[in-house]
Amino acid sequence: MTTAPQTTAPPQTSDRGIPWMRVLLWAAIAFTVIFSLAPVLWQVLTSVKTNDAITADAVVYFPGLDQLTADHYLDLFRRNRFYIYMFNSALVSIVSTVLCLALGSPAAYALARLRIPGEQVILAIVLVVTLFPYILLFLGLLEVVRAFGLANNYLALIIPYTAINLPLTILVMRSFFQQLPKDLEDSARVDGYNTVQMLWRIVLPMTLPALVTTGILAFIFAWNEYLFALTFMTREEMKTIPVAAAQLGGTTLFEVPYGPLAAATVVGTLPLVLLVLFFQRRIVQGLTSGSVKG
Amino acid sequence: MSKLELQNLTKAYSRDIVPVKKLSLAVEDNEFLTLVGPSGCGKSTILRLIAGLDQPTEGRVIIGDRDVSPLPPGDRNIAMVFQSYALYPHMTVRDNIASGLKMRNLPAGDIQKRVQEASGVLGLDPLLDRKPAKLSGGQRQRVALARALVRNPDVFLLDEPLSNLDALLREQVRADLKQIFADQKSPIVYVTHDQTEAMTLSTKVAVLSNGHLQQLGHPNEIYKTPANRFVASFIGSPQMNLIPLSRVGNDVALGDFRVPLPSGSTAKSVILGIRPEHLRLPREGDACTVSGDVFLVENLGMSDLVSLRVQGDPSLTLRALLPADATWSKENLRLALPPELIHWFDGDTEQRLNA
Amino acid sequence: MTRDYIRERQQRTGWLLVTPALLLLLLVYAFPILRAFWLSFFTENLSTSLEPVFSGLDNYGRMAQDGRFWQSMRNTAVFTVFTLIFELLLGLIIALSLDQAFRGRGWVRTIAILPWALPTALIALAWRWIFNTEFGVWNDLLLRLQIISNPVNWLGTPDWAMVAVIGADVWKTTSFVAILLLAGLQSISQDLYEAHAIDGASPWQSFRQITLPLIAPQIVIAMLFRFAQAFGIFDLIQVMTGGGPGGATEMVSIYIYAAVMRYLDFGYGAALVTVTFLVLIAVVGITWLYLSRLRAKTE
Repeated sequence: MTTAPQTTAPPQTSDRGIPWMRVLLWAAIAFTVIFSLAPVLWQVLTSVKTNDAITADAVVYFPGLDQLTADHYLDLFRRNRFYIYMFNSALVSIVSTVLCLALGSPAAYALARLRIPGEQVILAIVLVVTLFPYILLFLGLLEVVRAFGLANNYLALIIPYTAINLPLTILVMRSFFQQLPKDLEDSARVDGYNTVQMLWRIVLPMTLPALVTTGILAFIFAWNEYLFALTFMTREEMKTIPVAAAQLGGTTLFEVPYGPLAAATVVGTLPLVLLVLFFQRRIVQGLTSGSVKG
Repeated sequence: MSKLELQNLTKAYSRDIVPVKKLSLAVEDNEFLTLVGPSGCGKSTILRLIAGLDQPTEGRVIIGDRDVSPLPPGDRNIAMVFQSYALYPHMTVRDNIASGLKMRNLPAGDIQKRVQEASGVLGLDPLLDRKPAKLSGGQRQRVALARALVRNPDVFLLDEPLSNLDALLREQVRADLKQIFADQKSPIVYVTHDQTEAMTLSTKVAVLSNGHLQQLGHPNEIYKTPANRFVASFIGSPQMNLIPLSRVGNDVALGDFRVPLPSGSTAKSVILGIRPEHLRLPREGDACTVSGDVFLVENLGMSDLVSLRVQGDPSLTLRALLPADATWSKENLRLALPPELIHWFDGDTEQRLNA
Repeated sequence: MTRDYIRERQQRTGWLLVTPALLLLLLVYAFPILRAFWLSFFTENLSTSLEPVFSGLDNYGRMAQDGRFWQSMRNTAVFTVFTLIFELLLGLIIALSLDQAFRGRGWVRTIAILPWALPTALIALAWRWIFNTEFGVWNDLLLRLQIISNPVNWLGTPDWAMVAVIGADVWKTTSFVAILLLAGLQSISQDLYEAHAIDGASPWQSFRQITLPLIAPQIVIAMLFRFAQAFGIFDLIQVMTGGGPGGATEMVSIYIYAAVMRYLDFGYGAALVTVTFLVLIAVVGITWLYLSRLRAKTE
């Protein structure tokens, strides 16, 4: 591996026969691709194999036509009503993402521009809580959920999901707001906008790309959350995908329905795979501006 | 009828950072005031104080007979053109122009009529449905102007509106600006660091330095009778020759030459100022002349800027703007200093001595 | 001095905009942690009929004697240290290769961040299946390569189970480290490398003398985030091994969850939360200090 600029490397290395740097680079790339894809692809492969192929004595890497089946997917929806979990996951993730942007962007704007006293303290707090693992919160939240009778209520997930995504939203949006030219806001003030109107009609439309970036990150975190969903949603029809999928297999390591499990993994990850495919750049940008610049 | 008045305006960010110090001035209807000065002189801060984007530490801003000091910018009925134009990137040209009117809840018909008018004046009709990103620099500038014009404000504020244009376009837009604002009644305050803009556009120029008002007057006045050394050096291009000299009787010694002081002055040390364009070849009857060795000739096209060392004191140099039809690189040159065009400043206070 | 109306108005609006977010953060972050601290001085379990009874430092005394707690702390420490080391190494390799110009870089980048984006609980299922003793592809590959001669019961053998969960977590989170390091690499000007190469430096020297020092802040930040996440790891372990076999992969978080949800021992669970929180804060605080020193030095 090297960080030497490739533009200067090839002429020198080709004199010596094998361009080692280039070979090393492609080896690293090949490793990256295989490392990142193999486990996922294996799950995809398992999900379309017949039970016989899955439990064959010799592992089947390339199933023949007679070893392919869609039954595991059909099972998910027929027998396990997987669409309910998908709906729950989607609802909770989307609502909490929207709420998070609605609460987080104004706060981020205030912290970027309105010079409130205590700004530094608030920022430090926001930065530190991004580091808190959810396990530290679940006991207290469990009490809150019980006190307000929120168990098996979407709010039991929407509220914490909104909150756990707030710090990142505030940090990312703040760094975007700080990059906006100040003249635009001054111009809006002269035009007669007050701060809230200005935020809504001028600033937020201009930061639409940033909102999309942050929204994607918040959606991913909400969709993937497991601990709160496991604890606060006990009724079958309220469960989200990660919990429902993990419980498909029951509690034992034996007699596991491998096929449906694999299919459930694929179904549950598909929305995220699509997000990554379309928004790779934004995700990278958001993650780095949220943690590095913040 | 509106009139802008600044009373004792001061802005202090801290004890040491005071960009505006006790500024008082008034701009009447049909007046075009230019605030000019080097960067950091406080001119942009003054504009922001008038607009209400910043709050003065002391003093008041009065528009018409209203004290607008406590009002937010939107309630002051002003229009402002920003250096960066500040066009809303997500709105079309039409919406950009109309944005201030919509915030004032004007009827849609009115808004449309006014937008049409302004876009007609500025030739924006074919661009109304475009977004700012699709416009050239000059077009954006015109949209910014249109957005100010439609508002019929009590005061126009313009913050270096030409500085983002390239040199060629700037001259043309400067001429356009003059025409457009000639038709506007409301007072105009224009900020620039470019003295040509200040001289060509304004009916009144305020020269600022270090937060202080150095001189306020008609462009001709500023040019002909600069109030102090700073104004003299800042206005005029090429820069005025400014030579500190000590007094010898009723004269000063400029190398081997004597220049009579204006009558009645008592200053011990003085500064002699003469613009390069006012130095000329001696004619019959010129009493006051100097000579020196030419050491640099800069060709400015229509004339030559000739630098010479004054005979008798090589540390003194003079720059003269002379016709380009002769060769000036010869050794010695004699020039006349017309006494009525000499500016005298006190060596200590740097204030003007002669009327 | 006239009052600064503009500033006052701005600050009023500012507080108005910040308050809802702050309140929510207080509810979801501050309340649970303060509540756990408070509750840790009470016994609240089945023996007290789930009523809180003040018991001073009893919970902490019990914790000092609790072998299961110390075992979970040891497990967490082992898990955290090894995942961080491997993530940093792999993350650096991936970041360095993604920083180069090559055809299809966008696609490789997309592929490389995929593991980070996928739900941990579902990924844990995938790994459980890969590490399956009878039908798992991992055993099959190792057998074919003749690295092992008999199938290994990965998730059923204490040490191997730890190796397996570490492997799965490294897979899941290396991309996060790589993204952060890549951002650091991209902020380094190519001029530096060119000047260094003209001075006669080898690529390895460039890496040691330019790359590493300049991405040091990103490395520390990435490790800080990863430390906090690894220290509180829950979903991966819960789904892959449930903490087993025999508590061999039981992390602090798994123990906390069991104390509260299985044994209904709320007071003790609260004490566990408090101690975990304090350990976390201490490590973060030390890293923070180190980071600000590092920044002061480079500036």
